[in-house]
Amino acid sequence: MRKLLWATALACGLALAGANADARTVRWAASGDPNTLDPHSQNVGTVTMVLQQIYDPLINRTQELGLAPGLALRWEQQEPNRWRFWLRDGVKFHEGEAFTADDVVFSVTRALAPTSNYGIFVDTVERAVQVEPLVVDIITKIPDPILPNKIASVFMMSRSWSERNNAARPQNTRQREEMHTVRNTNGTGAFRLTARESDVRTVMTRNSDWWGWKEETSREANVTEIIFRPIASDATRIAALLSGEVDFVLDPPLQDLNRLRQAPNIRVLEGPEVRTIFLAMDVYRDELLYSDVKGRNPMKDLRVRQALYHAIDIQAIHRTTMRGQSVVTGTFFPSQVNGYVKEEDVRLPYDAARARALLAEAGFPNGFEITLDCPNNRYINDEQICQAIVAMWARVGIRAKLNAMPLAPFFAKIQRDDTSIYLLGWGVPTLDALYSFQSLVATRNGAQGDGIWNYGRYSNPRMDALIERMKTQSGAQRDEAIREALRIYREDVPHIPLHHQMIPWAMRSNLTIPHMANNQPYFRWARMN
Amino acid sequence: MTDTLRRFFDSDIWWSFTRSPITMLSAIVALICILGALLAPWIAPHNPFDLASLNLLDAFKPPAWIEGGERAYLLGTDDQGRDVLSAIMYGARVSLLVGLSATLFATTLGVTLGLLAGYLGGKLDALLMRICDVQLTFPSILVALLIDGVVRAALPREVHDQIALFVVIFAIGISEWPKFARTVRGSTMVERNKEYVQAARVIGVSPPRIMLSHVLPNVLGPVLVIATLNLGLAILSEATLSFLGVGVPATQPSLGTLIRIGNDFLFSGEWWITIFPGVTLIAMVLSVNLLGDWLRDALNPKLR
Repeated sequence: MRKLLWATALACGLALAGANADARTVRWAASGDPNTLDPHSQNVGTVTMVLQQIYDPLINRTQELGLAPGLALRWEQQEPNRWRFWLRDGVKFHEGEAFTADDVVFSVTRALAPTSNYGIFVDTVERAVQVEPLVVDIITKIPDPILPNKIASVFMMSRSWSERNNAARPQNTRQREEMHTVRNTNGTGAFRLTARESDVRTVMTRNSDWWGWKEETSREANVTEIIFRPIASDATRIAALLSGEVDFVLDPPLQDLNRLRQAPNIRVLEGPEVRTIFLAMDVYRDELLYSDVKGRNPMKDLRVRQALYHAIDIQAIHRTTMRGQSVVTGTFFPSQVNGYVKEEDVRLPYDAARARALLAEAGFPNGFEITLDCPNNRYINDEQICQAIVAMWARVGIRAKLNAMPLAPFFAKIQRDDTSIYLLGWGVPTLDALYSFQSLVATRNGAQGDGIWNYGRYSNPRMDALIERMKTQSGAQRDEAIREALRIYREDVPHIPLHHQMIPWAMRSNLTIPHMANNQPYFRWARMN
Repeated sequence: MTDTLRRFFDSDIWWSFTRSPITMLSAIVALICILGALLAPWIAPHNPFDLASLNLLDAFKPPAWIEGGERAYLLGTDDQGRDVLSAIMYGARVSLLVGLSATLFATTLGVTLGLLAGYLGGKLDALLMRICDVQLTFPSILVALLIDGVVRAALPREVHDQIALFVVIFAIGISEWPKFARTVRGSTMVERNKEYVQAARVIGVSPPRIMLSHVLPNVLGPVLVIATLNLGLAILSEATLSFLGVGVPATQPSLGTLIRIGNDFLFSGEWWITIFPGVTLIAMVLSVNLLGDWLRDALNPKLR
């Protein structure tokens, strides 16, 4: 009997040891949790950082953010208004359905639906048509030279799975709608979802059937399981990393970087992110929702916008709040983005006296009251930035109340236009200026993508005309349109730009993962030793 | 007046006070905390609520005696350039206000219900004591969290921010009343059958009057002790709630809020942002508790 026990114990031990040798679990923490898992309902980095592990787009991003074959092997603009995609053969969804051109047609149509937040990526698309089982055409309303850049952000879903689960259209996050795709996924990607508890943990396991494991960049990759946990408290998140409870922290707090750099077994990767932090304000309503000014909207007055701009001491925020980990800017996308013009990247200088004079000129010698909406777990030190700005405004007489919220209620609130002024960060996945112009400052007119993140409802016909030109023109003409639009952006002050984010990542030194300027960790390229 | 004072200095309580150095030290610490908090608007070196006076460039200054510190900021500054000492003084104000009000509320409620239960007895007694029993099975912080959560969900944010302070006071007070009720009920049941109460009843004094002017004064001794000890607990509860981010609104930071904010900088070397509010909280609660212990001993005839 005793012998048998020993044998059993030994066998168990061996089995465990074997499992440990193969299982490479990455425990990953960040401050925020995705507010949905629907692939087309929230175009937010916190959501895509999880979804891109599970779903594939037609075209992938390389480690340098270039384009690489994904579910499509190659693509070609066959006619001005027609892009053709040749699909990869033998790809299967996690639940077993074969991936075909029909799924592409379905996914593109789904991204075009009114509840989609991904319209910006398919704004020029009229429809998608199946040519052959593995060939699909995307027909655009106007010639769209940068369609592949945009389609690289649209995840592919299974038609039969979505229709079977009543999820043929994206979830409506504004209404906080509940549907199958919010908690369940079925992609073709490198990892499949095995457990999901909102705000607690999300577990993904390696999909050994993924087509990409054979690729050069993934051959060394050995992660078999990803456990994602949101940890909102900065100190707790870092304590978890230092004590070995997590392996990877996407957003280590800036104040702890020095300590992390010196800690043994911890590595910090640093680099710029293609993301700009700015304030946007309601310039549409005749009376602000959250202000003591009645009967008129002070934000409609350029002088008031300039005053709020002049009052911000951005260098102090850069040095103190961001600890040098930001690139101060006067425009709304960084130099990595196509269309960037250095001469237009100029801030209104910090000048409190000028701010007070402008306010007085605009009829507010004693300032006014306003509520600043701010996320507190989305961008680096977002709430601290807002607090600093509130104090700076107080010095010129603007009595701002700070309303800091976690990202889920924050996004729901601003997406209902239920705000007077808010802080937002905007990344540019297409690496082209049009993406920022179109989403943030185009007039919201119901057309796909135009002004869908323009919650201050800024509207300028000249700007709209230039954006239309950016959509269709190419070469020098297009550059000229972007340059003029940037000048209008600088002069019109629809936003108060603050800075581009720098994004340090912190991890245990046995983890190797390429640092990405889109702030997305791709565990398909990661190696655990 | 002098007569009363003389009587007080002649009393056993004063005698035992002068015999205990720890008690005197606690009294001094408590007095400093209370005075600092009460007089904050006049004696604090800065006003941390005056946003216009903040300068981000003054942020993260260490305490004055460390290199890089400034005399103007004795205990250093936090991430927004607020003076830590002033923030503590204003924060202690909120903590004390909530602690005192919650204790007062719990005492009033507990004593009233305890008197009724003990004096009237019967079904009312059974009902009230069962409620006490049930509530004593929950940790008081859980009850406070529950109430705060319900109010937060039921009211719109704007309204909630305005009454947040009262919600916290109510939540802490309601979670502490059973202790008072049980003690008072026990003492009342003893007093109820004593001859002076029976005499009052015989000559036709109404029950409310008997309870208020005959029974109540004789059961207040233990209540005083519990109330003092409970003050420390209430201050801690408030700090815990605020540390969890559900207590007083961020515009009125209490000691718990300050500790929470400072917590983010614990690993990065800016220890003073969280340590000093923490030390203040400890000093305040410890001195109040030691005073409560002393009061319990001083009022206990068996220990004389």
